[in-house]
Amino acid sequence: MTRILDARRLTPVTKLFRLDAPLIAASARPGQFVMLRVREGGERIPITIADYDRAAGTITIVVQEAGATTRRVCALEPGDSLLDVAGPLGSEIDLPPGGHICGVGGGFGAAALLCLMRERSAFGDRTTTILGARTKELVILADELARVSRSVEVCTDDGSDGFHGFVTQRLAQLIAGGGPGRPDAVVAIGPMAMMRAVADTTRPHGIKTLVSMDPLMVDGTGMCGGCRVNVGGQPRFACVDGPCFDAHEVDFDTAMRRNKAYVREEKIASDLVGCVSGRSQGDASQAL
Amino acid sequence: MPVRRFDKTPMPAQEAQARAHNFFEVNGGYTAARAAFEAERCLRCQHPVCVDGCPVHIPIRDFIHAVAAGNMTGAARILRSANPLPAICGRVCPQESQCEAECSMGGRFDPVAIGHLERYVADWERTQALAIEPAITKTAKIGIIGAGPSGLVCAGELARLGYPVTIYEALHAPGGVLRYGIPEFRLPKAVLDWEIDILRAMGVEIVCNVIIGKTLTLDDLTNRLGYAAIFIGTGAGLPQFLGIPGENLNGVYSANEFLTRINLMRAYDFPNADTPVRVGKRVAVIGAGNTAMDAVRTALRMGADEAMIVYRRSDEEMSARVEEYHHAIEEGVAFHWLTGPLEVIDDGSGWAAGLKCQRMELGEPDASGRRRPVPIPDSEFVLPVDNVVLAIGTTPNPLLTRTTAGLATTAKGCLLADEATGLTSKTMVFAGGDAVTGAATVILAAGAGKRAAHAIDAALSAQPH
Ligand SMILES: Cc1cc2nc3c(=O)[nH]c(=O)nc-3n(C[C@H](O)[C@H](O)[C@H](O)COP(=O)(O)OP(=O)(O)OC[C@H]3O[C@@H](n4cnc5c(N)ncnc54)[C@H](O)[C@@H]3O)c2cc1C
Ligand SMILES: Cc1cc2nc3c(=O)[nH]c(=O)nc-3n(C[C@H](O)[C@H](O)[C@H](O)COP(=O)(O)OP(=O)(O)OC[C@H]3O[C@@H](n4cnc5c(N)ncnc54)[C@H](O)[C@@H]3O)c2cc1C
Ligand code: SF4
Ligand code: SF4
Ligand code: FES
Repeated sequence: MTRILDARRLTPVTKLFRLDAPLIAASARPGQFVMLRVREGGERIPITIADYDRAAGTITIVVQEAGATTRRVCALEPGDSLLDVAGPLGSEIDLPPGGHICGVGGGFGAAALLCLMRERSAFGDRTTTILGARTKELVILADELARVSRSVEVCTDDGSDGFHGFVTQRLAQLIAGGGPGRPDAVVAIGPMAMMRAVADTTRPHGIKTLVSMDPLMVDGTGMCGGCRVNVGGQPRFACVDGPCFDAHEVDFDTAMRRNKAYVREEKIASDLVGCVSGRSQGDASQAL
Repeated sequence: MPVRRFDKTPMPAQEAQARAHNFFEVNGGYTAARAAFEAERCLRCQHPVCVDGCPVHIPIRDFIHAVAAGNMTGAARILRSANPLPAICGRVCPQESQCEAECSMGGRFDPVAIGHLERYVADWERTQALAIEPAITKTAKIGIIGAGPSGLVCAGELARLGYPVTIYEALHAPGGVLRYGIPEFRLPKAVLDWEIDILRAMGVEIVCNVIIGKTLTLDDLTNRLGYAAIFIGTGAGLPQFLGIPGENLNGVYSANEFLTRINLMRAYDFPNADTPVRVGKRVAVIGAGNTAMDAVRTALRMGADEAMIVYRRSDEEMSARVEEYHHAIEEGVAFHWLTGPLEVIDDGSGWAAGLKCQRMELGEPDASGRRRPVPIPDSEFVLPVDNVVLAIGTTPNPLLTRTTAGLATTAKGCLLADEATGLTSKTMVFAGGDAVTGAATVILAAGAGKRAAHAIDAALSAQPH
């Protein structure tokens, strides 16, 4: 059992939790994730470690309501517990220090940039965070990210906040602008379509780009092979070799198709949970 | 009664048509009468060669004699003294190539049904109220990595010797392959849970959700947490793929994923349990070991109309337990021997629609001594299937070795360990089971755990205090 110390809604479909997990906090690194279960008979789902506080023995996660399990998680409050939390799993983000690193976050992905940007800024790297959302209310953690990265660029599809347009358009501007504002490396975390678009944006410029793949996982320990992602023509296990891979080598088409394998079953499970937050799954996925 | 001496007393089993659609255990277990009858078949050999066939040298003659004499308590005690997992091994050991292969009754007649009797005694024991109390007398703490059979047995032996033992398990439940791999219809979870309850009653602590190499390193265990010795029983759980086109289509599973979804995550109970699995009308399982047999029979139970084995060698080379093979035939599993898979065909929407294969013939023996399958030219054909399950083998999981300095491995990633003691290249770090041997058997893993426990005890007893 892992106790929830704090919980706070960030948007109607995302919630931030601080968990009492000293062992995980002690060894977590940027880019890693935990596997969690809410209840007996529940699914094991992977959730990124957004941040950790070794001294306090806590980790922070941000969960976006996508289906049955994430809704059950988002219904929990401080004092409640998660049945199982195992981690940290996966490999840490491997980027050489020095230079200008640009994190691109969409949806819950923004949260995953917190510890990465804090660490890079502390190393003395130049850091930029580009946050994307459909509209102003769905932008998360902009203030927290502003504290840990040198600059934060908010982009909204409808122009209600910051740059009017997609994260990739803003990223393209930074690249075209040249000079110190041009990133040397990009880390994109968010919906698969966004990560693919980022890959397409940086590819012609040969900018090193990592994406955090989120395939369906079962164990998260390298035992089932369900999380395999095709990278450079080779099957790689996201839970062991990833979840971050070279964006220019990833076969996104296959990854996106594989993530839709259980849409029918997910709908059944989700309908059983009902609308915890009063929103339908349609709204939740649009919120991406 | 001549029949009595020639043939094994049959094991009562669920009728094939019915059991192919449920997850209840196939075998019902001997009745007292059948067990007594079978025990009487044993010749009580002066030199019980059967024992040579058992990797942990159970005094087979003696426990069977005790059954024949109606001394169940004695039989259970003899069994347990040599094998801490009798209820499990009686069910899943490949007896036909171990104890029963050596039995003097074999050859002309059926060998004594040693496995069935072992199971009978262990199941009897399960009905008894066991008064177990922790008897921790020593102070040196032992850390065990992995709660599969090797780790469980090592823990049990050490606890019996008086050591405080903690098992760290990566998943949310202990058991290893016994929980996530071998299905309920062969090894009921209640049997496994009972064995684990005994360990807990003996004082063994089991900590789930801790991945050594990630949550804690092996060196943390020895340096920071003060474990005097470590046993590694992390298994060989990393599935292999074929590298054929279409392997990443939806509906293609490794056997580990397929079985884990169903066994550990209870997808058979979806949507009461949250993890789904998609089993179509026709399922092809590639491979012919125990894993393949479990996957193909599970597919039937999950509602497939047709479930088939596709194997590039012949039935001669099949490595599954012979009883499972016979059960699979009775349940209606189809077997495509000498059939090599070439490609999984796309249905046009990213799902598997067929398995393209070619026929093979057996050529010269290869390095393993088995005749090498050679493709027959122009023999390609397509099996229409909705699922393909790959059961072509596993390799050791690299999570621990990647993060532990000084832990020597073979080229295949298996841990190097002394055969007699399990000692690895690191001081006071021992290993056993599939992590050392590559995918093998429950009893070999259990035996390795037991040997390592005694080696650990010997090493600690020799240390100055
Ligand atoms: C390494 C990794 C890190 C992740 N980090 C986070 C995180 O920090 N916060 C967060 O909210 N989510 C994260 N996810 C995604 C999260 O695991 C899924 O949203 C979750 O498993 C969905 O479970 P569910 O039962 O609620 O929904 P389901 O009913 O299982 O799925 C609902 C919808 O979500 C999609 N989906 C299911 N599983 C995944 C998945 N693994 N990745 C992406 N989409 C999925 C389905 O296609 C479906 O459309 C991460 C995934 C991975 C692999
Ligand atoms: C489907 C299937 C059917 C089989 N049928 C039979 C049969 O009928 N008869 C037979 O004799 N054998 C059978 N086998 C083989 C047998 O199950 C194995 O040989 C045996 O389980 C090996 O035991 P083990 O203790 O070495 O490892 P495992 O059973 O693999 O257990 C290893 C455990 O360690 C955990 N672990 C791994 N890494 C870490 C880590 N870093 N930190 C913490 N924990 C970790 C794993 O989660 C797992 O629980 C079968 C195997 C399979 C897959
Ligand atoms: S443990 Fe296995 S090999 Fe040994 S006697 Fe029992 S069934 Fe036979
Ligand atoms: S070899 Fe066979 S007949 Fe002889 S003691 Fe062993 S089980 Fe009995
Ligand atoms: S989730 Fe099972 S191998 Fe990665």
